[in-house]
Amino acid sequence: MTFSELIVMAFSAILVQNVILNQFLGTCPFLGVSGKRDSAVGMGLAVIFVITLSSLTSWLLYYLILEPVGMQYMSTLVYILVIASLVQIIEMFLKKAVPGLYRSLGIYLPLITTNCAVLGTAKNVVSKGFNFLETFIFSLSTAAGFLFVIYIFSTLRSKVERGDVPKAFKGIPIALITAGIMAMIFAKFGLLNI
Amino acid sequence: MNKLTNFTKGLWRENPILVSMLGLCPTLAITVKVENALGMGLAVLFVLVMSNLFISLIRHIVPDQIRIPVYIVVIATFVSMVEMVMDAYVPDLYSRMALFISLIVVNCIILGRAEAFASKHNWLDSILDAVGMGLGFTIVLILISLIRETLGTGSITIWGDLALNFNKHNSPFFSEFYVSPPAAFILLGLILAASKAINSRKEVRSK
Repeated sequence: MTFSELIVMAFSAILVQNVILNQFLGTCPFLGVSGKRDSAVGMGLAVIFVITLSSLTSWLLYYLILEPVGMQYMSTLVYILVIASLVQIIEMFLKKAVPGLYRSLGIYLPLITTNCAVLGTAKNVVSKGFNFLETFIFSLSTAAGFLFVIYIFSTLRSKVERGDVPKAFKGIPIALITAGIMAMIFAKFGLLNI
Repeated sequence: MNKLTNFTKGLWRENPILVSMLGLCPTLAITVKVENALGMGLAVLFVLVMSNLFISLIRHIVPDQIRIPVYIVVIATFVSMVEMVMDAYVPDLYSRMALFISLIVVNCIILGRAEAFASKHNWLDSILDAVGMGLGFTIVLILISLIRETLGTGSITIWGDLALNFNKHNSPFFSEFYVSPPAAFILLGLILAASKAINSRKEVRSK
């Protein structure tokens, strides 16, 4: 890919092909932790770390070990172990090296293991046949898209929840409808001619 | 009686999608065709039953501190089996939702049932619980995909060539909007609101 194609790929991963609003990955943390703005940003930052590192590690493992020995069918099992141990390592590293960051991200890190955006991106970079640089750019921009959307959504949600919502729609139902309207807006970014 | 409630609670009272709101990613993503919903529902049902059974059998052997990694490995093993079987026998269906089949590993419903139920109950209760939850999940998936496929494309694809088609005259009643991502969010929001309304009305009546 040329440089300009990489830029286009990055922007479409952030906006048009957004992980949450278009690919439906990571919907659980999207609805779960978007209640407060601070926790949404914390989760988003932790996800950037984990998605980028785990996609790169999975890419290396796939092309250096699984493919040469012909064990591609083990990929799901290997990736989930990579993600689980990576989350654990990042947690221990942050606790020791950057205690301030650990205190703000700490509680979100264990939750990331079961965030399907992480496993989904690791699977995607291999099935799309990216090289190492493309994997890096794609996973970083996917994760940036996650942070971007979860931040905007948390600010919207705090406004929506203060409003007079019918009882049956309180909580998740109205949040899903808000997300649907956001998805419509984000899908329309695709009409821009980049 | 107790055995029966273990089975039936997954269908409505503790339905994984409508009440616990777990496993929303596949619910939103693959419900554009009834066929997809059936395939995904059966795959989840299989993984759920097998992992609940195994986890319940090994629950006394596994040390408490490492139980989550062990559960994930058990689940991932069964998911890999499903992937291989579907790739071999229903390649079209598999290629359409390959990503979401492998994402069953991180589906909160399965890990949630392992942690909340199978690790504390015997194998028979665990299987009943898994079958109830799996069927509850499948039924809601089919309901959503029926609405989306009928309104979106004017057809109902039950399995392979077995399909109904109403959209003979390209009627404007059917709109592609319903199979687009935004519609998935809005429709699921409406369905969750409806189930909440029904449940709260039931509560009022029982008082």
